Amino acid sequence: MTFPDWISEPVNWVFLVIGLTVLVSGFRVVTSKNVVHSALFLVATLAGTAGLFLMLSAEFVAWVLVLVYIGAVVVLFLFGIMITRAPMGFDDSLDGDHKVAPAILSVSVFVMMAWASIDAFGTSLVASTGTATSTELIGESLLGRFVIPFEVVSFVLLAALIGGITIARRDLTPAEEEERAAV
Amino acid sequence: MLLNQFLVLAAALFAMGVYGLLVRRNMVLILLSVELMLNAVNINLIAFESYLVTPEAVGQIFAIFVITVAAAEVGIGLAIVLMIFRNRKSANVDDLSLMRW
Repeated sequence: MTFPDWISEPVNWVFLVIGLTVLVSGFRVVTSKNVVHSALFLVATLAGTAGLFLMLSAEFVAWVLVLVYIGAVVVLFLFGIMITRAPMGFDDSLDGDHKVAPAILSVSVFVMMAWASIDAFGTSLVASTGTATSTELIGESLLGRFVIPFEVVSFVLLAALIGGITIARRDLTPAEEEERAAV
Repeated sequence: MLLNQFLVLAAALFAMGVYGLLVRRNMVLILLSVELMLNAVNINLIAFESYLVTPEAVGQIFAIFVITVAAAEVGIGLAIVLMIFRNRKSANVDDLSLMRW
C-alpha cells in the first residue's frame, strides 16, 4: 500500500488527527512543568485513545476507558496532587537532572518496537467490518470462558480497596487512643 | 487501516512513558507515566483484536482486565505516596535515600 492510497481513505485522516492529539498531549504529560497540566494532558491522551478504540470497533472498551480513567483515575490523581501539596504553578524541580540518557533509552525503545512491528506486520490490514463488537458478546465471554479471571480481578479490586484504606489511614497517637477509650 | 499505524503509535506512547518514568522526580508524575505505558499496551491489545477478530473478543477482554488492574494500582500507589508524604514531608523520589548506602 503506497502513501497516496493510504491517505485517500477518509478514516486515515481521522486517525492522523487523533494520533497527533495523542502524541502531542502524551509528550506534554511527561514534559510539562506544571503538575496539574500534566494530569489534564493525560485526559486528552486518554480521550484520544478512546477515539482510537472506537475506530477499531471496540465500543464497550472505549466507554469503559472514558468512565474509569477520565472519570475516576484522573480525579484520583488530582486528589493525590492536591493532598501531597505538589508545587502549584510552574516548577523546574519536577524533573531530575539527568535527561539525556533517559531520552536516548526511550528513543531506542521506540525504534526497536516500531522496527519490530513494521518488520512483522508490514502491510497487514485491520479488519474493518464496520460493526462494533457487541457488548453482549463481551458479557458472554466475560462470564463464560473468562469467569475465573473475572472473579479473581474482582478479588484484586477488593484487596486494593482494603489495602488503600489500611495504608492511607492515620494511626491514632497514644494520647488520642486514651481519649477515645475514655469516651 | 494498517495494523502498523496503531502499533507504531502505541510504541511512541510507551517510549514517552519510559522517558517520564526515568526523568520525573515527583511520585504522582511517575504514576502518571506508568498509566501512559499501560494505555499503550491497551492500544496494542485492541488493535490486535481488530486484526485477528477472535470469536470471544479475547483482546478486548484483556484490555478490560488491564484497565481494572491499573485502577487498583493507582489506588494503592497513591495511598503509598500519601503515606510517604505524611512521614517525610516530601513526594520526591530522590528524597527517599534511607535505604541507600
